[in-house]
Amino acid sequence: MSNDAIDPSRRMWIGIACGAGTLGGVAVAVPFISSFAPSERAKAAGAAVEVDIGNLRAGEMATVEWRGKPVWILKRTPEQLASLKATDALLADPKSLRKPEELTPEYARNEYRSRKPEVLVAVGICSHLGCSPTAKLQAGPQPSVPDNWQGGFFCPCHGSTFDLAGRVFKNVPAPDNLEVPPHMYLSDSRLLIGEDKAA
Amino acid sequence: MAEFKDAPAGASIADKLTIWTQNRFPTAFDAYRDHLSEYYAPKNFNFWYFFGALAMLVLVIQIVTGIFLVMHYKPDAALAFASVEYIMRDVPWGWLVRYMHSTGASAFFVVVYLHMFRGLIYGSYRKPRELVWIFGVAIFLCLMAEAFMGYLLPWGQMSYWGAQVIINLFAAIPFVGPDLALLIRGDYVVGDATLNRFFAFHVIAIPLVLLGLVVAHIFALHDVGSNNPDGIEIKDQRDASGKPLDGIPFHPYYTVHDILGVSVFLMIFSAIIFFAPEMGGYFLEYNNFIPADPLKTPSHIAPVWYFTPYYSMLRATTDPMVNVICVLIGVGALLALWKVRMSIAAKAGVVVAAVVAIALLKTFDAKFWGVVMMGGAVMILFVLPWLDHSPVRSIRYRPDWHKAVYAVFIVVFIVLGWLGIQPVSDGKTLLAQIGTVYYFGFFLLMPWWSRLGRFKPVPERVVFNAH
Repeated sequence: MSNDAIDPSRRMWIGIACGAGTLGGVAVAVPFISSFAPSERAKAAGAAVEVDIGNLRAGEMATVEWRGKPVWILKRTPEQLASLKATDALLADPKSLRKPEELTPEYARNEYRSRKPEVLVAVGICSHLGCSPTAKLQAGPQPSVPDNWQGGFFCPCHGSTFDLAGRVFKNVPAPDNLEVPPHMYLSDSRLLIGEDKAA
Repeated sequence: MAEFKDAPAGASIADKLTIWTQNRFPTAFDAYRDHLSEYYAPKNFNFWYFFGALAMLVLVIQIVTGIFLVMHYKPDAALAFASVEYIMRDVPWGWLVRYMHSTGASAFFVVVYLHMFRGLIYGSYRKPRELVWIFGVAIFLCLMAEAFMGYLLPWGQMSYWGAQVIINLFAAIPFVGPDLALLIRGDYVVGDATLNRFFAFHVIAIPLVLLGLVVAHIFALHDVGSNNPDGIEIKDQRDASGKPLDGIPFHPYYTVHDILGVSVFLMIFSAIIFFAPEMGGYFLEYNNFIPADPLKTPSHIAPVWYFTPYYSMLRATTDPMVNVICVLIGVGALLALWKVRMSIAAKAGVVVAAVVAIALLKTFDAKFWGVVMMGGAVMILFVLPWLDHSPVRSIRYRPDWHKAVYAVFIVVFIVLGWLGIQPVSDGKTLLAQIGTVYYFGFFLLMPWWSRLGRFKPVPERVVFNAH
C-alpha cells in the first residue's frame, strides 16, 4: 500500500468511469429485456373470430378459440335465465361493477351480461389463476359444487364457481367475474368475437 | 507463483509428467489438496451426510441426460409433444434417457430435501456457515425454477395448465403483475414464445447459474469446514501439526464411504426407472400424456409432488385466512409490547409496522397474499441462520421437546404436500391453514422458542464409535 495522500482527481475519474460503465450496462440490458415482450407477430395475431350459432339449441354451449383463449357461447334456456335472479344474493359482484372496462363491455352491463338475453358470450378463463372452468349446467346438488346449485361453471383448479352469466360467487378464490369479450352480431346467427364496432 | 522445479535425475516417466504439469498448472494440484486429499471432514458423519454427494451425482445425471434429450427434442408448440413421444418410441434407448431425466428431477428433490433436513437438525446453517446455507437455499430456488420450466417442455396438459397457473401467480402482484406476466409469457397466452424461452432458461441459463452456485456452496463449505452430527467445531481440537483431531481426509475416506451411498441410491433409482418411471402419477402425471389443449383444463390439476407443500399454502390463503393472519399479527404486536423490553421508539415502530401490515393485508386480494405466502415459505429459509438462537447447534443436545417441535414440523410439511395433490374441500383447506400457520410459526417464533428449555452438555470431542 502506498502512503501517498488520496488523489481526489483520480477518485473522481474512478467514479466517472464506474458511473459511465453502469449506465452503459443498463442501456445494453434494455434491448435484451425488451425482447421478452410479445413480438409484433403475437400482437398482430388477435384477429376477430366469426362463429355461426344458428345450430346452437337452447341449453347448448359451444367453445371457440380467440387469441388462444377459449370463448364460450351458451344459449340459455328461460329457466336458466330465471336462475340468474336466484343467484344474485350469493354473488361477489352481481352488477358487474368491478373493472367494468376490462370485463364487461357497455352493452353487456345488464342483468344477463349479454347482448341478446339468451346468448352468453364469455372468455372461459378463471379470474383467479387462469384455468378454464368446467361447465356444470345442470341445476341441483352434485359433487364439488354447493347443494343449492342453479347451474354454472366450476373451476377445477381452486374451486371457484360462477353462475350462468359468468358472475363469480362469494368466498371463492376468484376475485372477478368472467370476461365478456367484445363481440357483435353480423346477422341473427352469425357472431363476431373480438370486435364490437362496425369498422 | 510456485518455483519452477526440475525432475530429479532418473525420475520415471510418470513422475516427470507430474512435475511437468505441476510447473504449468499448479492450481489443479492445490485444488485437489484443498478439496479432497487434505480437506479434513469430521469422522462422525452419519447416514444424513450421503445426500450432498448424491445431489452432485443427480446434477451430473441431469446434465448428461439433458444434453442427449436436447439432441432430439423440438422446442416448438406444434412439435414438442410429438418429439417427446418420438424420443420415447423411436430414438434408440431414448426412453431410458428420458426416464432417467424425469426420474432424476424427482430424485433431485428427494435428495435435496433430505440434505436440507440434515442441515436443519444439526444446525449446519449456524455461524460461521451462514453463507453455505444461503448458497444452498439459492440452489434450491434455482432447482425449483429449473423443474418448473422443464415441466413445460413436454407440452402436455399438465405442462400447459401448470405453467398457466404459475405464471398467473405473478399477475397477482399489485400494479406491475399483469405486465410482468406478459413479459414472462411473451404472448397473451401461454404459447410457442413461452415454450421457446422456457427451453432457453431450462437448458442453459439456469444450469449455468446452478453450477456457479454449487461451486460457491462447496468452496464456502470447504473454507469454514463441515459441521457434524454433534454440532461442535472439530477445528477447536488440533494435533501438533495443526490438523483437527477428529478430522479425516475427505479422500480417500469419504470418497470411498460415499460409494456405498451412491450404490444404494443407484439401486433405488434404477428400480424406479425400470419398474415405475411414472411412480403412480407422482413423477409423471397422467394428464401430461395428453397434448396441451388451451381450450380445456384437466378436471383435476396439481403440481408435481415436490411443489405441493408450497402450493397448499397458496391455496390455504383465502379471505378468512387473511383475517386470521391479521389477528395473529395484532396478537404478536401486543405480546411484543407487553413482554419484550424495548425503547419507546421501538414500541412505536412495532405498532406502526403491525398497523401497516394489517392495512396492506386488507387492501390487496387474498390471491396476492397467497402468492406472498408461497414465496415467503421458501424465502424465510434465507434468514434461518439468524432466527435460531439456541445455545447448541445439534438437535442431539437440545431439550427433548425441541425434537417434538421438529417432528411436528416434518409431519406438517408432509401433510401439506399431500394436501397439495388433493382436490379442495372445506376440511382440507382448514387443515392446510393450520399447517401453514405452524410452518410460519416454527420459523418466525424460533428466536423465542429455540432458546427455551434445558440444553444438554455438549462434548468436547465428537461422539464416534468405530465399526
